Amino acid sequence: MIYLYAVVLIALISSFVADKTRTYKAIKIAYKRFSRILPGFVGMLVLVSVILTLVPNKFIVQYLGKSNMLTGTVVASFFGSITLMPGFIAYPLCGILLQKGVSYTVISAFSTTLMMVGFVTFPIEQRYFGTKVTVVRNLLSFLIALVVAVMTGIFFGEIFPWMLR
Amino acid sequence: MDVEIAKRYGKIAGLLAYAVFVGVSFWRGYGPGEDMGRSLAYFTIQMAEILPPAFILIGLFEVWVKKQTVERHFGKRAGLRGHIGGILLASTTVGGLYVAFPVAYSLYRKGADLGVIFTYIGASAICRVPMTIFEASFVGLKFSVIRLSVSIPLVIFSSMALGSFLRNRNYRVENGG
Repeated sequence: MIYLYAVVLIALISSFVADKTRTYKAIKIAYKRFSRILPGFVGMLVLVSVILTLVPNKFIVQYLGKSNMLTGTVVASFFGSITLMPGFIAYPLCGILLQKGVSYTVISAFSTTLMMVGFVTFPIEQRYFGTKVTVVRNLLSFLIALVVAVMTGIFFGEIFPWMLR
Repeated sequence: MDVEIAKRYGKIAGLLAYAVFVGVSFWRGYGPGEDMGRSLAYFTIQMAEILPPAFILIGLFEVWVKKQTVERHFGKRAGLRGHIGGILLASTTVGGLYVAFPVAYSLYRKGADLGVIFTYIGASAICRVPMTIFEASFVGLKFSVIRLSVSIPLVIFSSMALGSFLRNRNYRVENGG
């Protein structure tokens, strides 16, 4: 996080020194873009808070903790698709799931859909790309996540263990 | 026209209902409603920390980087190299999907190929370097390696396909910001 601010500060100062007018223009553009998309972000924040209250982390751990691999994968990819978590919450959560004995396949389904499929980011994505493209991209991402989960399962010997011989 | 207006009022009404719900929850001490308010506050702070610097970078990008440069590295002529560039760029992104969208939009406006944009978005979801290191520390390096090596080709392939498909339909990214 700090390195982001450091980079921005350096960039901003360099830009200011190089060309004051352009720098002001850059800030104006930044403000314009931000304010145009702000309603989208508000929508996302509302969605996130609702989803995380309906499906809190404890619930996820509980549910995935005692499911078998097939239903676990389906449920995990569902949960992952609708939630949004920053990495530093999501991965400790995966760590807990791992300790509880949840298979790598299920964890993979959960974390990949969590990252790639944006149900709560729909308001934002839709503003830029339109509803159809947003739906298609998310669907593709979902499928990719499933393939990744299956491949993870194969390579960890959870699916088709005989393939590793 | 009517659908548009209805949608708008619907969104405002929904927002108001939400605000009332959370407000009343805090007033009456209703657990789930309070949790919702806290989640909202937490994520709002998160966004407030990441978005302003990100948009400033976007602004600086827009005034300083020439269109030819973007076209050369991310445009249609770059082909696969453009997609690789998208992945490299994505690996430095902070925040994930919701930051990637405005950045992708700016790249597109400067002449990046549509397919490359989709690769960038997908990659910024799964290829961020600090996040991947963090992931490996919790679920193991093997897990991350499998994930990356399977997902990256798939993301590139699907983005190329989606990009071509949309380009053939004369798809334009709306003025979203």
